[in-house]
Amino acid sequence: MMISPELFQQLIFYVFAAFTVGSAMAVISVKNTIYSALFLVLCFFNTAVLWLLIEAEFLAITLVLVYVGAVMVLFLFVVMMLDVKQAKASQLKQSYTKAAILIAAAMLVELMMLFGYKLSGQIPTNELIRQGQGYSNVQEVGLELFTHYVYPFEIAAVVLLVAIVAAIMLTLRKREGNKQMDAGKQININPTERVRIVSMKAEKGQDQDHGEES
Amino acid sequence: MSLQHYLIVSAILFVISMAGIFVNRRNVLVVLMSIELMLLAVNTNLIAFSKYLGDVQGQVFVFFILTVAAAEAAIGLAILVVLFRNKKTLEVKEINELEG
Repeated sequence: MMISPELFQQLIFYVFAAFTVGSAMAVISVKNTIYSALFLVLCFFNTAVLWLLIEAEFLAITLVLVYVGAVMVLFLFVVMMLDVKQAKASQLKQSYTKAAILIAAAMLVELMMLFGYKLSGQIPTNELIRQGQGYSNVQEVGLELFTHYVYPFEIAAVVLLVAIVAAIMLTLRKREGNKQMDAGKQININPTERVRIVSMKAEKGQDQDHGEES
Repeated sequence: MSLQHYLIVSAILFVISMAGIFVNRRNVLVVLMSIELMLLAVNTNLIAFSKYLGDVQGQVFVFFILTVAAAEAAIGLAILVVLFRNKKTLEVKEINELEG
């Protein structure tokens, strides 16, 4: 039996959407923080596949490279460095699980009603227009990014620079009793303050044996 | 699949991360992760609209959101490290000095 391409795409969509939702549930419900970070990685991967399905290749790869490659590794570093204690069962019981489920359910129903009734005439229902061979998503995004959005692009670079400086300054700490040089003092030294030339008579050395021993 | 499918998936993702912020009384790290999930849901929405309406600007916006989210995660984690150094805990209950 042959599966038609449309059916195959739907199958892939449902499988990866289910994985995305499942791993998102796992992120917020597992006890161990390391596990929730790893489930978040899984969630990002599955979402990248969903983005690939509608031909947003550039952003899908960016998501994997930037998020999974950099941000989530940073998360894992912090989780392992900080030695966070695992939650006890008694602590979890008095959390706001019921309130959270209630609010989430209400919000989900509202959103579904919004998509189902209120906006049903306005949301486009067409299938995705598949681009032909030779179409490049990277080229399309890049053209827009470097023409109309070139100033925001530069500002984004400045935002990243500020983030680097802020992160380093926040975590920098001075240790007590650390023997380190003060570069300012070293540079501002004045030779006349340090060296004093004294004229004195030559004296005969007192311990001549000392030189032979060493 | 149509646009509806993507909207529904991202709505579910958003609601789950919303619940995650409420449920979590354990540590601030998981709250930060929930915020990342929320941003992911928003990005999915933007990309889906951009693709189905044939307008590339939505994808450019997602690019900027990814940049800012990376900066936010870096600074947030740095703040958490400093917080942990000072208070030796990351539980949400313990961090209430500003509650007045």
